[in-house]
Amino acid sequence: MQRVFPFFLEAAWITILLSVLTAVLGLICGILGTWARLSRFALLRFIGAAYVSVFRGTPALIQLFILYFGGPQIGIQLDAFEAGVIGLGINAGAYMTETMRGAIISIDKGQIEAARTVGLSRLQTMRYVVLPQAMRLMIRPLGVNINALIKATALVAAISVVELTYTAQRYIGSTYKPFEMFLIAGALYMIIIYVTGQAVAWLDRKARIN
Amino acid sequence: MGLDFSVIPDYLDIVLWGALWTVAITVGAAIVSFFGGIVFAVIALYAHLIVRLPFRAFAFLFMGTPLLLQLFLIYFGLVQIGIDVPAFMAGVIGLGLHFAVYNSELLQTSILAVDKGQVEAARTLGLSRMQSLRKVVIPQAIRDVIPPIGNNMIALLKDSALVSVIGVSELTLSAQRAIGSSYRPFEFYVLVAVIYYIINIFMEAAQRRVERRIQASK
Repeated sequence: MQRVFPFFLEAAWITILLSVLTAVLGLICGILGTWARLSRFALLRFIGAAYVSVFRGTPALIQLFILYFGGPQIGIQLDAFEAGVIGLGINAGAYMTETMRGAIISIDKGQIEAARTVGLSRLQTMRYVVLPQAMRLMIRPLGVNINALIKATALVAAISVVELTYTAQRYIGSTYKPFEMFLIAGALYMIIIYVTGQAVAWLDRKARIN
Repeated sequence: MGLDFSVIPDYLDIVLWGALWTVAITVGAAIVSFFGGIVFAVIALYAHLIVRLPFRAFAFLFMGTPLLLQLFLIYFGLVQIGIDVPAFMAGVIGLGLHFAVYNSELLQTSILAVDKGQVEAARTLGLSRMQSLRKVVIPQAIRDVIPPIGNNMIALLKDSALVSVIGVSELTLSAQRAIGSSYRPFEFYVLVAVIYYIINIFMEAAQRRVERRIQASK
């Protein structure tokens, strides 16, 4: 147990790194996706809707495999870690698009009309009226997306990134102690998820006070 | 190496056979997760403290860790304690238990939301605690959670790809077999993505129909 623990800690660090990078890329894709879905242009709306539908409608594992194993055939050469971050980030972005869009369209239409009537442009209305309110609404549901994303980082074990699940699998194989290895990895996942959850709750409280 | 989709017909039978297994594992795990969810919800709400507390810990652990890790635990754990189950069964049990925990969380909320007066009325009419739960409360609670459980079942379909990692010959592993001899990963993974997407569309359509019927019956 003591012998393997340092390897688990190292792996947990990789899981944290993966989670942070995936979350950042997911948020960027989510913002772009939301922008496309709420665009005035039908083509952009279609692209946004197709992005969400395809990435939420197929397994993340397959998306990862297409990128990592199929990528070289279309000229995309990535190492496993890069493929993991990009694949999972684009996937998470599809879920985040729905979250952000949901928060934005829940803002009362009357407010938007009022803002336009007093002379604000479409962009200004978005920036000064809609977004400040919608941002507050999306913190908690985005927290749920991020929680799911942390657990989804385990998928990169299937493309041999040495993170927590891969490490657990490796030591289950070599020590024949599946329960112990599961508990170590599980506890580390839960610490990561707990700390992230606390951070989201803190942000949410802060947003509510302002 | 460019793309060449013309190799697909040679392996189509392997892949479609895999798709059939994906449907089978999804249905099997969905059934386990549905009934497991009911049992778990009743345990979490009504069982004795000695049963309830460890159960809560188990649910907490299952919701806070990745499915893939749980599949490794169940597959290797069962072997460890001397139960040699086929990979397919391990996959059904792993996926089923994982989603049973999520279904149980949904059901607990909806069980608590059923009007207390109904339980009192049922008890007054002479039904036992268990009977009023089984015949009055749970049927209504289930009706209320059918839409979110439907979402979980659609998630289950996509997560069923993970059981390829413990060696279940479903759609994903079939694709890997085809790739092993054709060396065409892009083509076959795109093909299986399309197949998953089609199954997904069917499930969403079915979900909408069920939801409409529930709406109509209210």
